[in-house]
Amino acid sequence: MYVLPRWSHPAILYLRPVQLPSRLIEAAVDQMATLPGIGRRTALRLVLHMLARDEDRVRDFAEAMVAMRSGVKPCGTCHNPTEEETCNLCANPHRDDATVCVVEDVRDLLALESIGEYRGLYHVLGGVISPMDGVGPADLTVDALVSRAAEGGIKEIILALPASMEGDTTAFYLAKRLVESECMLTTLARGVSVGEALQYADEATLSSSLLNRLPYKG
Amino acid sequence: MLLKHLHLVHFKNHSGADVSLGPQVNCFLGDNGSGKTNVLDAVHYLCFCKSYFNPIDGQNIAHGEPFMLVQGDFERLEVEERVSCGVKRGAKKQFKRNDKPYTRLADHIGRFPAVMIAPDDAALIQEGSEMRRKWMDAVISQYDRAYLDALIDVNKSLVQRNALLRYFAENRTFDASLLAPWDARIAPKAAVIAKARKAFVDDFLPGFLSTYAEISGGAEEVGLSLTTHVNDDPEAIAAKMHQAQDEDRRLRRTTVGIHKDDVVFTLGTHALKRFGSQGQQKSFVVALRLAQLAFIEQATGVKPILLLDDIFDKIDEKRVEALMKRVTNGTFGQVFITDTHLGRIPDMFASTGADVRVFEVHQGEVKVQTPSKA
Ligand SMILES: [Zn+2]
Repeated sequence: MYVLPRWSHPAILYLRPVQLPSRLIEAAVDQMATLPGIGRRTALRLVLHMLARDEDRVRDFAEAMVAMRSGVKPCGTCHNPTEEETCNLCANPHRDDATVCVVEDVRDLLALESIGEYRGLYHVLGGVISPMDGVGPADLTVDALVSRAAEGGIKEIILALPASMEGDTTAFYLAKRLVESECMLTTLARGVSVGEALQYADEATLSSSLLNRLPYKG
Repeated sequence: MLLKHLHLVHFKNHSGADVSLGPQVNCFLGDNGSGKTNVLDAVHYLCFCKSYFNPIDGQNIAHGEPFMLVQGDFERLEVEERVSCGVKRGAKKQFKRNDKPYTRLADHIGRFPAVMIAPDDAALIQEGSEMRRKWMDAVISQYDRAYLDALIDVNKSLVQRNALLRYFAENRTFDASLLAPWDARIAPKAAVIAKARKAFVDDFLPGFLSTYAEISGGAEEVGLSLTTHVNDDPEAIAAKMHQAQDEDRRLRRTTVGIHKDDVVFTLGTHALKRFGSQGQQKSFVVALRLAQLAFIEQATGVKPILLLDDIFDKIDEKRVEALMKRVTNGTFGQVFITDTHLGRIPDMFASTGADVRVFEVHQGEVKVQTPSKA
């Protein structure tokens, strides 16, 4: 087992940058720190963990990353990641291809799939419009969605974007772009969560629930 | 509303303090730098989720310590409530009410109202319109939750819209359809804000004028009015934003909207900023704050805590004494006041029968001087 040397104790690194003992370690830390949510301290911890592993296991790790990156590409239709030209959702003849649900990213798609109730198809946008983060429609799959809708055959487009300012403005922009397609546009209902006590719901949620109240079905 | 107990750990120069407070006057005496103002700032933290003086939470932690805690036990509308704010270095602050962390700090604003009168208040008159908008926003947010929500939303939208305008300029491109979603988002919320601001200034003015007359002796005429380019019609706002598009592109920022509003303070027919004497300006600000206290109480039904930092720097002793009559006649609720002179404030109250608690503050330590009635 490789023991963490005294000098590399995270608290010491936190106070002042320390020269790492190997340029290879340094390069690995640099790479690790490019990942989202990983600072240099965590990167060093992960790299030292790799150093303590069997070389074969580290190779498996690296190869899995490279194989994933080169073998997976966005589905030609919905941009869901796939190893084929068309993803298994789009290729499934039992799914309803007249309904398309627009989501921000794959995680949202997986969340909706996990319910097992939605039978339509998807469109993975790849983000939401946010000028301050440098993200505009051209960075997303907006054009692909517009041409997909223009081809005909789609009756309903569900805008299942995040309930944030950027999600809302992206939905607004998509709605304008999709006017000519004549698809019915719908959006997810927003309101009090299942199992949530009214008194604990925030005001925006409560007022949205009240505004979009439903006929009672018993 | 009362703050009954204050507990500080590593807050500014207080390594640890436990202070049981009285229902009326709480007086903190000490030299400059003793930490007496920090006690008032701790109360500000509990009411507004942040320091009055330093908006960076980490910088309010005592030097060399890993965290700070400000905790207060309030009695509000006859219910005991505990509010606490903990900040660890390098982490997000934890703000809790009755041990439940807030997911949105905005939910706390206005629940425990307070008004601070501090020496740096002249900036409200002297500096740019942003200071006065912030003042107006802070007062309205104390009683109008929808206002605060709309304001937060508009401010975030403006950041995005301005980023888009900069992008257009830097890339020598333009696409009106990209601006449209932001305009559509901003206009209705800006209308909510415009309406609330106008109503606020209209309703606030009479109380302010009488307060100023009382404090200054009523010699000169003062005024306060809102200047704005927008009204409370969302469509009109959207149209104005659309008209300003060329100008916005040229200047790379949004040139029309509620973020351009100002509150104009006048003395007679002149601008207070340029023609008011230092004394007049100080009286003006004190009157503004006191009128704010009455206004918030009227709007919320909760009497705000009054925080007076170095009030003698602003108005003379006679006027402070006259002001303090409001404690005994019930106009003021709980008051926190700092002073460098031992005895001055207790003497003022000697004959009034008010509950005065005196604390001596020295190098961050808070000691009770008189725990009973003066
Ligand atoms: Zn697909």
